[in-house]
Amino acid sequence: MKITIGLSSCGIASGAIEILEAIKAKFSSVEVKHVGCIGFCFLEPLMEIDDDMYGNLTPDKAIKIIDCHLNNLSLDEPQIDKATLLSVQERIVLRNCGIIDPESIEDYIGREGYQALAKARGMSPDEIISEVTKSGLRGRGGAGFPTGLKWSLAKKQEGSKYIICNADEGDPGAFMDRSVLEGDPHSVLEGMAIGGLAMGGDMGIVYVRAEYPLAIKRLKIAISAAEDKGLLGDFKIVIKEGAGAFVCGEETALIASIEGKRGMPRIRPPFPAVSGLFGRPTNINNVETWANIPWIINEGAEAFAKIGTEGSKGTKVFCLAGKIEQTGLVEVPMGISLKDVVFGLGGGIKNGKRFKAIQIGGPSGGCIPEELLQTKVDYDSLTKVGAIMGSGGMVIVDETTCMVDVARFFLNFTQNESCGKCTFCRIGTKRMLEILTRITEGKGEPKDIDLLIELAEKIKVASLCGLGQTAPNPILTTLRYFRDEYETHIKEKRCPSLACRNLLIYSIDQSLCTGCMLCAKKCPAHAIFGEKKMPHKIDYEKCTKCGLCASLCKENAIKVR
Amino acid sequence: MTDFTKIDEILSSFEDKSCLIPILQRLQEEYGYLSIQVLKRIEEKTGMSGAEIFGVVTFYAQFRLKPQGKNMIKVCHGTACHVSGAEKIEESLRQELAVKGDEPTEDGLFSLEKIACLGCCALAPVIMINKKCYGKLEQKGIKRVLSEYK
Repeated sequence: MKITIGLSSCGIASGAIEILEAIKAKFSSVEVKHVGCIGFCFLEPLMEIDDDMYGNLTPDKAIKIIDCHLNNLSLDEPQIDKATLLSVQERIVLRNCGIIDPESIEDYIGREGYQALAKARGMSPDEIISEVTKSGLRGRGGAGFPTGLKWSLAKKQEGSKYIICNADEGDPGAFMDRSVLEGDPHSVLEGMAIGGLAMGGDMGIVYVRAEYPLAIKRLKIAISAAEDKGLLGDFKIVIKEGAGAFVCGEETALIASIEGKRGMPRIRPPFPAVSGLFGRPTNINNVETWANIPWIINEGAEAFAKIGTEGSKGTKVFCLAGKIEQTGLVEVPMGISLKDVVFGLGGGIKNGKRFKAIQIGGPSGGCIPEELLQTKVDYDSLTKVGAIMGSGGMVIVDETTCMVDVARFFLNFTQNESCGKCTFCRIGTKRMLEILTRITEGKGEPKDIDLLIELAEKIKVASLCGLGQTAPNPILTTLRYFRDEYETHIKEKRCPSLACRNLLIYSIDQSLCTGCMLCAKKCPAHAIFGEKKMPHKIDYEKCTKCGLCASLCKENAIKVR
Repeated sequence: MTDFTKIDEILSSFEDKSCLIPILQRLQEEYGYLSIQVLKRIEEKTGMSGAEIFGVVTFYAQFRLKPQGKNMIKVCHGTACHVSGAEKIEESLRQELAVKGDEPTEDGLFSLEKIACLGCCALAPVIMINKKCYGKLEQKGIKRVLSEYK
């Protein structure tokens, strides 16, 4: 009997460790294999026994299931339909995630691990680069620059190159890089070593954000195991931990950060390929890009190029989060429609609510409305509708989410993360945030929309790096597709989604309130009053609109408008 | 703080200026925050200017210039958490612990900070206490989570 338990961050956060300990305590002879994340995060914690998968486990449930399997007893626990959940998926980057033990190099080797590197050693650098170029692989970090071309530019330079893996996954809503590093770290290391052969570099650096302690731990284990086995040859890999700055995802800022400086972008050219880390030629690719490389070398460029669309080859990993049933990680061929992602793989909207928008591409991306759900997921189609592929974070929002608030949220983010180097980004984002804040507080003026558009256009063209150039995208797309929401906030001082706190009014339905006093006791502002067993009332002067009463009321008597 | 042996030991384990961020990370791990004395010692020992060091410290969100509570609560404010009620979770935490801004609680048990994204979006809303994540939180579940640390 083979038992595996998913032990990535989401599994652990859902209680996988407690389950593991309970199993160990109960069945001392049973061996449990640890694996990374298979992507069904909404079902965590997960356990697989031979080919049967079970989710939403508790320690008791897990013990009962194992007991039934051991003793061939009948079991009424529902199994997860793994085949259906994986049916539309095509797994290249996630090929080993949830299958191998990320801390076991033998497991990785057992699944063709390090064979691509061995094969690459028999190829000339130009042959490797030509293979990557022919595959059509484009950078998975956001901008989508052709990887083969990037490599050939670095290779042309004199001297040894730095090979960097950008694992500073800062986009809120994206976690595929974390999952790959936690679930299959060797695939990234192997990709980097192949890059080193192709471009001529013996020094690899993984720049990983400090918020990912488990990924760092597994990377360290993987690096030392690969070195111990001598698999990486002369190629050295070290880890540099980021210190929490979104802008360090930008190549030149990342380089400055590794050099120990403030992570501020600089003007390009010179591009990092010419003059990068410590002035030496440097090539930077992101985690997902690197994880594709061994597969491409093993299976060949044609196999990769057969998947996807004309301009976007291969697969893409997407993180599904927000108001959908099946949150998690999926890897699909490029060109699939957004609708298939949200309603197929994502299982539709939670709690019977209505779909409103899909936010793709993080703070640089945009919000796509229902009428554009047929849009294909590839670099060019997404750009056409005003969003970007970005790193592949998709946050789905329903009718209870206010689009002005979403725009304000992203501007708050970019304004916080702006490094302050250029005026348009530093001050422009601040001004846009002020305008959005006053709109969500009911203090917006009719001229604000035009002012937002004017600022947005200027910030786009006058900012130095991608952060500033794309910061206005969330505003521009929400204005393009949800302008009526802005207008309702400004003209009627009302939030149609009941999300903007300052515009809400809470009241108690006198016919439903039983006077149980639960809300009155818990109200942090002491704003609810009334006699026991009699309908209560809210003191509007005191109410801070925190909404705790509505979440507590068993009679649904608290109304909000 | 007059005893610099520990700081000096840490500083001597790093090679050059490009190690400033790892140096700061290591020292913060040791002391919980970066005091002015610690920063001044780095200035003396490495020859980097105080302005340069302070510039790096204040640029990155990870570095703290004030002492923190025994347990650090990081409230995720990523997109998925935001649309799933992160503001309300933070508000409940602050009320429960009576913490304002980045000051630790009176008993020194907790500090609270906002985080841009913890990357556990599928379980939103999420908080992290020390290195442990808690997902699918509700306002009414806050007390139970905190009780693990009291």
